[in-house]
Amino acid sequence: MIAGLEIITRQGHPDFWDLPWDQPLKRWDSLTERAIGVRRGLSRHVVRMVQYPQGIYAPKETERSLAEREYRALRQLEDVRLPAVRAVGVVSGRHSPCSVELESVLITRFLDYSLPYQHVFRTTAPSALRERLLDAAAVLLSRLHLEGVFWGDISLANVLFRRDAGALMAYLVDAETAECRPSLSDEMREHDLAIGVENIAGGLYDAIGEGLLEADADPAEITDELVERYRWLWAELTRTDDIAVHERWRIRERIERLNSMGFDVEELSVVQSADGSRLQMRPVVLEEGHAHLRLRKLTGLEVQENQARTLLNALDAYGLQLEREAGRVLPEAIKAYRWLSERYEPVIEAIPALYRDRLDDAQLIYEFLEHRFERSKALGRQVENDEALVTFVSEVLAQLPSERALLDAHGVPTGGEDDPSDALLRSRSG
Amino acid sequence: MASITIDQVDKVYPNGFQAIYGLSLEVSDGEFVVLVGPSGCGKSTALRMVAGLEQITDGELRIGERIVNDVEPKNRDIAMVFQNYALYPHMTVAENIGFALKLAKVPKAEVTARVHEAAQMLELTDQLDRKPSQLSGGQRQRVAMGRAIVREPAAFLMDEPLSNLDAKLRVQMRADISRLQRQLGVTTIYVTHDQVEAMTMGDRVAVLKDGYLQQVDTPQHLYDRPDNVFVAAFIGSPSMNLFEATLDGSGMHLGGHRLALPDATLERRPALATYSGRKIAVGIRPEDLEDASLATDAAEGAVISSTVELTESLGSEIVVHFALDAVRVDAGNPDAADDLSAADAVARFDPRSRCRAGELVDIAVTVENLHFFDLESQAAIWD
Repeated sequence: MIAGLEIITRQGHPDFWDLPWDQPLKRWDSLTERAIGVRRGLSRHVVRMVQYPQGIYAPKETERSLAEREYRALRQLEDVRLPAVRAVGVVSGRHSPCSVELESVLITRFLDYSLPYQHVFRTTAPSALRERLLDAAAVLLSRLHLEGVFWGDISLANVLFRRDAGALMAYLVDAETAECRPSLSDEMREHDLAIGVENIAGGLYDAIGEGLLEADADPAEITDELVERYRWLWAELTRTDDIAVHERWRIRERIERLNSMGFDVEELSVVQSADGSRLQMRPVVLEEGHAHLRLRKLTGLEVQENQARTLLNALDAYGLQLEREAGRVLPEAIKAYRWLSERYEPVIEAIPALYRDRLDDAQLIYEFLEHRFERSKALGRQVENDEALVTFVSEVLAQLPSERALLDAHGVPTGGEDDPSDALLRSRSG
Repeated sequence: MASITIDQVDKVYPNGFQAIYGLSLEVSDGEFVVLVGPSGCGKSTALRMVAGLEQITDGELRIGERIVNDVEPKNRDIAMVFQNYALYPHMTVAENIGFALKLAKVPKAEVTARVHEAAQMLELTDQLDRKPSQLSGGQRQRVAMGRAIVREPAAFLMDEPLSNLDAKLRVQMRADISRLQRQLGVTTIYVTHDQVEAMTMGDRVAVLKDGYLQQVDTPQHLYDRPDNVFVAAFIGSPSMNLFEATLDGSGMHLGGHRLALPDATLERRPALATYSGRKIAVGIRPEDLEDASLATDAAEGAVISSTVELTESLGSEIVVHFALDAVRVDAGNPDAADDLSAADAVARFDPRSRCRAGELVDIAVTVENLHFFDLESQAAIWD
């Protein structure tokens, strides 16, 4: 026990008192069996991963004021449901056995099934990678800016990706420079974007140097496209439409358009002109996750937006089938319950335990549906679930690594290091 | 290169919060000015207004002779130096320094020339073909600085660029940035909350609090002649001791102690005469308190006795915390964890002092160096 040590943690997580806080994090690999090697992005600070029954956690050494600031920033992001890692606690008052002061530590919960960009680059076809990466980055930045968050450090290394059906969803993992403000000026948004462009281009040049991207890839072109997508998305989300009073149907059209882009419109401002002939319409409060919110309401499943769309399509199709069989219209809740218990859960339960952690459940269902579709197409007939499951397990799941927490090359801790970037180099070369 | 003029600038956010009140500051061509103050003082907002990232509500901003209130950030020819520069492990030092120029489609020959020029300045020429993992911590930071230098802007704006470095590296980088700024002669505005950083780096330091400029001056002058209680307490480490005292004709009562004031002190501050019999705030720098047994030149009537509460031996000096039965003055620094009831004063004793915690010690006060402030306005009493 170290005199003066203070560990602040949130409920529902370990108390972390069993970790060797009197030692620098870089020595933890040999000091605690909880330390595990998980592939992660480049960090300026020393970060370790530790495993508990509740999950994997990422302690990061930094100055106390910075740890506390980042903890608060991450909590604020969580409060407004932005995609970011969850802050779990701050440890301060650390001293070595020789009374040397040690840096404070911010603890975050490792995001299950999240992938660092290097892994995404390795496992995604080049043709699809650019599209997915740009979309994920543009959506994340737009969502942050809608909530008045200035990130100040968007980069490939500062995001983790989760598979989201055929797309990717980006999560913020480093909020050292983040500021949550009532609103952001256009200039601040553009500044944030400019920082992102430079950082992402740097990451792409680096990926070329590492051989993760083709040598002829052009980071300048890719980041130009990011800027274009971000600006397009921002305009779509925030522009004011001027419509005639008799065109009120366009209000609904705008809402549906935003819904189709995955955003839910919680508040809409409609202002009538002085002469009463025109209306100015502007979304005020937007929340990303239109499909995800509907699926959650119907089934309680907590999944990402594109996964939700796929699952809703499956649910709606099954609902139609049930209604045909019943010869009448069924309530949404009944259709959702029966789809969940008759289609979704049986597939999950049929996956051998050995392969259950290959993908998160929603992604697993998505991949299964894709597999069944491709197989039906190849065989020229409708392949049923039971039949598709056999080949899905042997041909798809068995070939995938577990993505719950990507371990380093040997699945063991990476060993001590003096410099975070060295760890990354080692884990890549290992 | 260019001068930067901030003239009577206000910043009011859409929600009505006013972050800056009538800020006026002239930064000369090639000058290094540091904006310092506690959280929420408006220093980052001021910097962002210069960068064009925040609109100016009122007043005028000039870069050189040009009014830039409505000029887009990218057309102001200034470089914001990021708080966090990442180095990319698979790129060489030269690539790390130059990739942003490549991104901006600067011709290759020019990129190479600018990178070599920056490397020379940063003493990195021999490292240009190496990877970041082969460099020391200090060298890596210099590579990060290289990324800012190669832009060759008319002015640098730096917002807490060293805040995420460890203490040792931060000290090293302070010196590196100062040296480099002198070498480049680029007008620089630097924001920090750390007064030590401000005092060691700036040609001049502007102290802000609650959106108001408190004082702008050279570091030494700020230290020697603070305009008010806030500046007096904010500048210097450990902080100036600030207590209520009552003046009489030739001295002052500080809690249960009476300190005689030399005629020279009273003559230098004629306004003090008007405070006779009234309460004022008195400021004593820790270095103006010495173990009386070692202070051979202690003035008569300038010694107080107190019990030592804690000593911290730093090798070159001993920081002594002692009790003083006087009312402390709140300097209004929201970042300082001030417990005004503790009545704790701090002295910097010669390392030869043998004082120990719990013992009574005679403390000599260099009364010529005392600072006096009006209790109500908190302004310094000088003339």
